[in-house]
Amino acid sequence: MMKTWQAGKRLLPMTAALGLILAGCGREDLSVLRPQGPAAESSFALMKLSISIMIVVLLVVFSIAAYVWIRFRRKPDQNEIPKQVEGSFKLEVLWTVIPLILVVVLAVPTVKAVFAAGNDHSDDKDAIKVKVTGHQYWWEFEYTDYGVTTAQDLVIPAGKDIAFELSTKDVLHSFWVPSLSGKMDTNPDGTVNRFSFSAPNEGVYRGKCAELCGPSHGFMEFKVKSVSSTAFEEWLASMKAPDSVLPDDPALAETFKSQCLTCHATGSMQDLSQAPNLTGIGSRESVAGILLNDDTRVDGAPVEENLKTWLHDPQSVKPGNKMPDPKDLGLSDEEIDGIAEFLAGYTLD
Amino acid sequence: MDWITTVDHKKIAILYLWAGGIFFGIGGLEAILIRIQLIKPMNTFLDAQTFNELITMHGTTMIFLGVMPVIFALMNAVIPLQIGARDVAFPFLNALGFWTFLFGGILLNLSWVMGGAPDAGWTAYTPLSSTGYSPTHGVDFYTIGLQIAGLGTLIGGINFLATIITMRAPGMSFMRMPMFAWTTFITSAIILFAFPAITVGLVLLTFDRILDANFFNVAGGGNPVLWQHIFWIFGHPEVYILILPAFGVISEVIPTFSRKRLFGYSSMVFATILIAFLGFMVWAHHMFTTGLGPVANALFSVSTMLIAVPTGIKIFNWLFTMWGGQVRFTTPNLFAAGFIPTFTMGGVTGVMLASAPADFQFHDTYFVVAHFHYVIVGGLVLGLFAGLHYWWPKMFGRMLSETLGKWTFWTFIIGFHLTFFVQHFLGLMGMQRRVFTYLPNQQFDLLNLVSTIGAMLMGVGMLIFLTNIFLTSRRPADAADDPWEDGRTLEWTIPSPPPEYNFKQTPLVRGLDAFWKEKMAGHKAMTPSEPVGSIHMPSATILPFLMSVGIFIAGLGFMFSRDEFSSSIMSFLFNNYIVTALGLLITFGSMLMRSLFDDPGWHIEPEELEGR
Ligand code: HEM
Ligand SMILES: [Cu+2]
Repeated sequence: MMKTWQAGKRLLPMTAALGLILAGCGREDLSVLRPQGPAAESSFALMKLSISIMIVVLLVVFSIAAYVWIRFRRKPDQNEIPKQVEGSFKLEVLWTVIPLILVVVLAVPTVKAVFAAGNDHSDDKDAIKVKVTGHQYWWEFEYTDYGVTTAQDLVIPAGKDIAFELSTKDVLHSFWVPSLSGKMDTNPDGTVNRFSFSAPNEGVYRGKCAELCGPSHGFMEFKVKSVSSTAFEEWLASMKAPDSVLPDDPALAETFKSQCLTCHATGSMQDLSQAPNLTGIGSRESVAGILLNDDTRVDGAPVEENLKTWLHDPQSVKPGNKMPDPKDLGLSDEEIDGIAEFLAGYTLD
Repeated sequence: MDWITTVDHKKIAILYLWAGGIFFGIGGLEAILIRIQLIKPMNTFLDAQTFNELITMHGTTMIFLGVMPVIFALMNAVIPLQIGARDVAFPFLNALGFWTFLFGGILLNLSWVMGGAPDAGWTAYTPLSSTGYSPTHGVDFYTIGLQIAGLGTLIGGINFLATIITMRAPGMSFMRMPMFAWTTFITSAIILFAFPAITVGLVLLTFDRILDANFFNVAGGGNPVLWQHIFWIFGHPEVYILILPAFGVISEVIPTFSRKRLFGYSSMVFATILIAFLGFMVWAHHMFTTGLGPVANALFSVSTMLIAVPTGIKIFNWLFTMWGGQVRFTTPNLFAAGFIPTFTMGGVTGVMLASAPADFQFHDTYFVVAHFHYVIVGGLVLGLFAGLHYWWPKMFGRMLSETLGKWTFWTFIIGFHLTFFVQHFLGLMGMQRRVFTYLPNQQFDLLNLVSTIGAMLMGVGMLIFLTNIFLTSRRPADAADDPWEDGRTLEWTIPSPPPEYNFKQTPLVRGLDAFWKEKMAGHKAMTPSEPVGSIHMPSATILPFLMSVGIFIAGLGFMFSRDEFSSSIMSFLFNNYIVTALGLLITFGSMLMRSLFDDPGWHIEPEELEGR
């Protein structure tokens, strides 16, 4: 055992160098190579270890290959028959044992990390419990201890462990925030998965669905918003504000109620889990998970414009999604724009 | 007509090659379309549904209909020759295996024109593949098409097992058998144990879809994770079914073009068996994120890593086969040389994936797409190219052009690495697989562009290969018996292409690399083990073809048995299972004919053999 650890140690400098190179790859809020939390760091450490070992193996194989190809190339005048070698017991044992040792070097920390990743925080009083439900093609987040449900934006307090309980309402999905943690599938009831991660630094991280779930699988994105604990408390409080907000214009309010709130919920309404909860949608990071809200227009458009894009033709934004086209529900262009304007202003204080 | 009724293994090999080539072309076109769609973010070249159909059909076609038949082509062309046999054990079954494979493949591809291709990925995970979420007949084409094609594979595998066990020439003990014969033998054994799993799985899924069964339906008490287990208990061994024959090819090509015997022959045999065995123990490494729990994840992690050991043995044995030899870079050996580093790269990423906590990040991303293409394309397809260029003169009596061969190699392998190397990074930077497009500004754009350019270059390589085949076919068939001059095994002792009966006299094998041994002893030919005598040959027959047509019709009938048709006659025929019954009648009728009418075959007499 001692020996294997020494071999592991010798790889450390290389691991560190590699870490530096790889860390240059990708966005901080998205890339596996730029981990922003302990869960992702644990995966990353194993990735660095395994890739270091593997690069050593590759270098050995490549060098031997290059050597034999150059050194033992047949020359034009070469006609004598080369010596026919049956094999070499010693050499063959050598290249059985060395890979075995390398496997042990990798297997020990792997097994350790597997069990570490397995300790979920569902019984931890300090952890925030979140029930994640996958839907074609949106994400529902229920904070069971607080009676709050939201969609697409997962708001969490920085540094706290979040204990997830994952399931799906339809097909399989997979919940993945690359820079914070590895992925975990959402299975139907009966095979519910639990795991946990935390985000020490405040910021917005990009999440994805990683299991083919239909045409808009690639668009089933979400955001994780890590905020200070006071901001988190404030957010919870405003989410719990009892009253559902309606448009000022009574006709528009009636349309909104009869056409939209049959599937969506706002405020204190009972959630039907048929469609994303709309409470405070004006303050979200995105519309439908992929139309990024960005007033500077660098990486998206202002929220009102995004809402209009979505409401005027949901199918063209996210093909195959389950929301009826508002026009088919009988809404006029003006009504749609009115509702978009109202929703854009429906923010949390 | 000759081709439809043939039972000659050499002709069946050519049939497999043609069919496999065509399906490979279809799968390749699908790949190019996929890559064009992904050339830039938010591309609208394809719509999301079509894209999902394309990835599903690309994966399914490549695995089941593209490379498997080419493997079977090489096996059919070479195995009886290498072991000194006059045919396979069951020539009739051999033909049946080909035709069921072909009709299964045709059925699957009919989905493109008959109302929607399968769209749930080649893994067809439920519930996405259930009628609730995939309402077209696409997945039915998948289950029934693969069922029929799988029948052919199973028949072929059993046939090779029987052939290799019973039909080796005198003196050829198992430990004197060429490596390609060994890997064929082990591959066939894996087929025998793995294909029944997918057969059962496909039946269950078919029943869920067509007869409203509840095997995978949660509401009815079923469990979708069950499908994943069944699928991967088949699916993981399947990748060894693919790669072991490639190992066999490489183990033939490298010694020939190094003029040395294979280094560590017995450890190669041992490693092959070990890989096959471990291949069955690791299926759940495809399911680390499914939520099996830490114990299962730990066990499957470690058992997967172990596969690296026998694989490593093989790589080093190949390298040391060349050590001290005289290496000639003919086209086959170029492909073999390309194989070693490329496949090793696929192998090491496999070990990385085996580490479950790391796989939580890799799984279902482009990293995995890169990994398995390094193994399947960089390993298997390069191996198949090596084998095709190597045995082409034996199969067709014509040498492929070396110049065009080298062009094929360089364009293909450069294109390959351009396409797939960058995909490792795409995955690590957060790009999931099976996405029909991606948002801009995620730093995915440049690498995807590079990848698409690489794919085009691979396409160019394929076109050069086709050109080579076309030009070669117009030249006279004048290849020598031993065209590479350093052939070591029995197939190089007989004419190219071989006569119908392969060996006029069954050879006597006196050691490993039987032919080389005779050459070193100063002989020009093998010592025969029998006097020239009358040779028994099986008769040609159309029955295998008819049986497969019958199954094909029955499959279509069953699939549409619950549809409503606009014409009442059609509804009547399908809804009462009349079409299904008709198809089965053809199949069972042919079987009955086969049983009732004894066909003694025919003989080639010695005078005829001498008159050649
Ligand atoms: C011309 C060379 C090829 C190119 C450019 C290519 C490209 C691709 C691409 C872009 C995907 C989709 C990745 C995703 O989003 O999931 C894919 C998937 C796949 N490819 Fe290939 N491929 C090629 C050859 C092959 C070959 C020869 C095989 C097997 C023999 C193969 C097997 C697969 C499989 C199994 C999948 C997964 C399909 C699924 O997700 O259901 N490919 N390929
Ligand atoms: Cu998804």
